Amino acid sequence: MAEKKEDVDKYLKGDGLDSSREKEIGQHIGYRYDVNLVPDYSRLTPFLKKYLETMGWDDLNWLEDVHMGYEEGRAAVFDRNINGWVTVPADLKLPDNQQDRDMIARELLIKFQMSRKHPMVDLNKAYRKF
Amino acid sequence: MALRTKSHEMGMHTEKLGGRTQQRFFSASEEENFTYPGAFDVDFNKRAEFDADKLSTNEINLKIRDLMRQGYGTIVMKNPGAKHAVAVGILNKLNLQIEGSLGYFGCGLIDGPNIHIKGRVGWSCAENMLAGTVVIEKNAGSTFGAAIRGGDLVCKGDVGARMGIDQKGGTIIVGGRCGAFCGFMMQRGRMVILGDAGKNLGDSMYDGTIYVGGKIEGLGVDAVPGEMTDLDCQWLERKLKQYGLSAPKGVKNMTKIVAGKQLWNYDNLEPSEKKLIL
Repeated sequence: MAEKKEDVDKYLKGDGLDSSREKEIGQHIGYRYDVNLVPDYSRLTPFLKKYLETMGWDDLNWLEDVHMGYEEGRAAVFDRNINGWVTVPADLKLPDNQQDRDMIARELLIKFQMSRKHPMVDLNKAYRKF
Repeated sequence: MALRTKSHEMGMHTEKLGGRTQQRFFSASEEENFTYPGAFDVDFNKRAEFDADKLSTNEINLKIRDLMRQGYGTIVMKNPGAKHAVAVGILNKLNLQIEGSLGYFGCGLIDGPNIHIKGRVGWSCAENMLAGTVVIEKNAGSTFGAAIRGGDLVCKGDVGARMGIDQKGGTIIVGGRCGAFCGFMMQRGRMVILGDAGKNLGDSMYDGTIYVGGKIEGLGVDAVPGEMTDLDCQWLERKLKQYGLSAPKGVKNMTKIVAGKQLWNYDNLEPSEKKLIL
């Protein structure tokens, strides 16, 4: 049972152009994180525990698919509700492993999606039918 | 005269878009809401029951909404009568118990609720589900969890063909067998099949993971066996236990299927094409 080992800062330090095809087209192919990485529940943060309790869930539920990604050399999390990246505050010290980074990304995304400053709040006001 | 909506008054149709990046600022340290702004404030301990026998689909869905508006966090629906498109578009935390079976497109487009169905479900249950849990005690029809994006979708019985077609996230668990073309064009997420899987499993899958406890009749194009990790086993044990299920031969003996990634095809024109469209 082999665990995958990869440099956690790969996409912060470089452009991720590994294969000859990627070098040829000048673009990284695929996600800039492992979408198939299942969460390590021993690393759950107190904020996330509180969120799960509020929602009545026994595990991370939809947040299992949320990971810290890397967009244009910066750590970021993808928000499906706006189809865009939310960048992690520049002064935040990133942990040295992807599992802890994923937990931070989940926390940040919840805070952003539930905020009254989220773009969906305006869209909801404008287009909600009932 | 063109129809003017509230969105026109808010200036959403006159805004000039200068680029692809929109900057919004918020302080992560100041926020601690756990529900969407505008969601109904419901209490799981406040329980309501209603009989859906003589209600139309629309009336049932409005009834659920009305009860949530009144703060009911646990709702029991009796006699759903296998009606179609029931319990759809619930964007709220909620415990919903359905005492019977649903027809086509039940529980679609949900974001948050925990739904328990005592009976069976027809085609496309939980299509485009975003978050929450849906647990079905008996069998499910075809295209179960089509285009699911998140949450847990569990069928304790057997499921038809094309389960999780275009799956973009979330977890689909099947206690029994499933039909052909399951995981077709899967893009991410996890699928757990405790029994046998039909032909062309994971055909043209782009990414994601499929775990199978029984026999696989045949793999689709670019679906290949993957290597089970300790983390996979821990996750499977935990997830199955949560729904009162177990792998017949143990999780370590399940087969893991992933994308061979031979179908990935990008070229350097894509970003410029995107800019033209946007």
